[in-house]
Amino acid sequence: MSDRAFTHAIWGAALLVACTFFWLLGDLIWRGVPHLSWQFFISAPSNAGRAGGIAPILVSTLLILAVAMAAAIPLGLGAAVWLAEYAQHKVALGRAVRLSLDVLAGVPSIVFGLFGNAFFSMFLGLGFSILSGGLTLACMILPIFIRTSEAGLSSIGADWRQSAAALGMTRATALWHILLRAAAPSIVAGFILGMGRATAETAALIFTSGYVDRMPGSLSDSGRSLAVHIYDLSMNVTGGDAAAYASALVLVLLIVAINSSAFALSDRWMTRRITLS
Amino acid sequence: MISSRRNSLSQWNADQRLAPLLALLAAGAALILLLVVGFLIHEAWPVLNAGGWQRFFADDNWYPLEGRFGLLSMVWATFAAAFGAVLLAVPLGLAGAIFQCFYAPPAIAKLYRSVLALLAGIPSVVYGLWGLTVLVPLVAHWQPLGTSLLSAILILALMILPTVTLTSATALGAVPKSLLNGAAALGLTQKGTILGVTVPAARNGILSGILLATVRALGETMAVLMVAGNVVQNPTSLFEPVRVLTANIALEMAYATGTHRAGLFASGLLLTSLVLLLAWLAARVTDNLRHV
Repeated sequence: MSDRAFTHAIWGAALLVACTFFWLLGDLIWRGVPHLSWQFFISAPSNAGRAGGIAPILVSTLLILAVAMAAAIPLGLGAAVWLAEYAQHKVALGRAVRLSLDVLAGVPSIVFGLFGNAFFSMFLGLGFSILSGGLTLACMILPIFIRTSEAGLSSIGADWRQSAAALGMTRATALWHILLRAAAPSIVAGFILGMGRATAETAALIFTSGYVDRMPGSLSDSGRSLAVHIYDLSMNVTGGDAAAYASALVLVLLIVAINSSAFALSDRWMTRRITLS
Repeated sequence: MISSRRNSLSQWNADQRLAPLLALLAAGAALILLLVVGFLIHEAWPVLNAGGWQRFFADDNWYPLEGRFGLLSMVWATFAAAFGAVLLAVPLGLAGAIFQCFYAPPAIAKLYRSVLALLAGIPSVVYGLWGLTVLVPLVAHWQPLGTSLLSAILILALMILPTVTLTSATALGAVPKSLLNGAAALGLTQKGTILGVTVPAARNGILSGILLATVRALGETMAVLMVAGNVVQNPTSLFEPVRVLTANIALEMAYATGTHRAGLFASGLLLTSLVLLLAWLAARVTDNLRHV
């Protein structure tokens, strides 16, 4: 193949990929926008979701995310700090924890759904509820959140810790006032990755948080997430495609909004950190 | 290590309590894996105990209500869909990465990268929706039915393409400039430099990206479930509907009870072991290459 043909092949492949993706995004906007209206956001679904809106589904989605984050952040941050700051004294345990997290990161999401159904819904008796859905998602996003945060903490130079010790700070104080703040960009990045994955998840939620599309009254009610709603509309409801595309557009916009706002935040922290050092 | 005597002014107390607390949290996070595997085995036990694991491969087909638990045809379908997708996505993804690193003007490269990053975050159910409403009718135009192995391969390839491109581009970008300068000094053309120097130098990163994408393709549920047609049979033709392991679990969990439910948990166990075996192989392969 001549140099010229190679160049053409590369440009051609890139163009093919770009066109396919603009086709997909275009369809999403083209078919989703006509069904969108203010009413769509504030009314309950009717006629199995063909008409009406997604208000209860949005509320359930946000509640499931909130439960997942409330469970994953303290546990994950604690584990990340221990791995980065304390694990050198307990090498075997540190290695076991890292290995276990890496394996957990490879488990397919449908298997988390099976586990969540057996453990949270049945064994702990939470049933099909927002609580069991959120906790299942928390298990799923923990590995990526912990490993990203740990990497951020480990990349801080030892001189920061030594300076803090020289100033007479306890390790806890140094952690809270210096190390966690310096590692904030990585922690936020881990948080975004986890949030993105949790928001997009369907398979792990079908058998844990369930299908019910009413407004949830409490965390122990079943609640349908946006992704499950899209799945149900396109597979089980004939004529639900328009509403499914509108919901898909809302879901994608939600993910983009989470990503960009969090990146903007971490950018601000990043610049502050650079001026500090 | 710097330490000081405990006195009323020092707060070492807090530190002494902090370390065990954090260790407890870390151990808790690690225990989740044991909990997951433990509960999978516990729930699958009725079926594993009754007929042994061999029956999943010895039984002729998947009729769980009649006590026949043959998973082989779904295992083949899973492999066929995943590897077909990888076969499509790798050349396209690698070409995209080369385009982004060496051919595209900076503004276009940046745009290309951000579009791919956006696509990597799009939920699988949205890919499934698009596949079902756009791709499947197109395939059906050409060959009847449309919901088929081919549709599954196409939609999976689309889903893993961003992963392959982004990881390959990172690996290509990390190749030392001195190698490229050396190639230029030897008078290699751009094509010769890329194929002869840059891609071989970046092979570890590219390979681990491909394996990551394969793991994702094997474990994917929703997108495949929505376009593959879900008939339990051996994948003999691209245009026949197939059912993959993940889709089987998602479809039948809703009404499964007793040994049927146990069989589904056992297939979840099998799926997890397949994926983990692949991830372990990936770690081995990249380790070995590093020593070459």
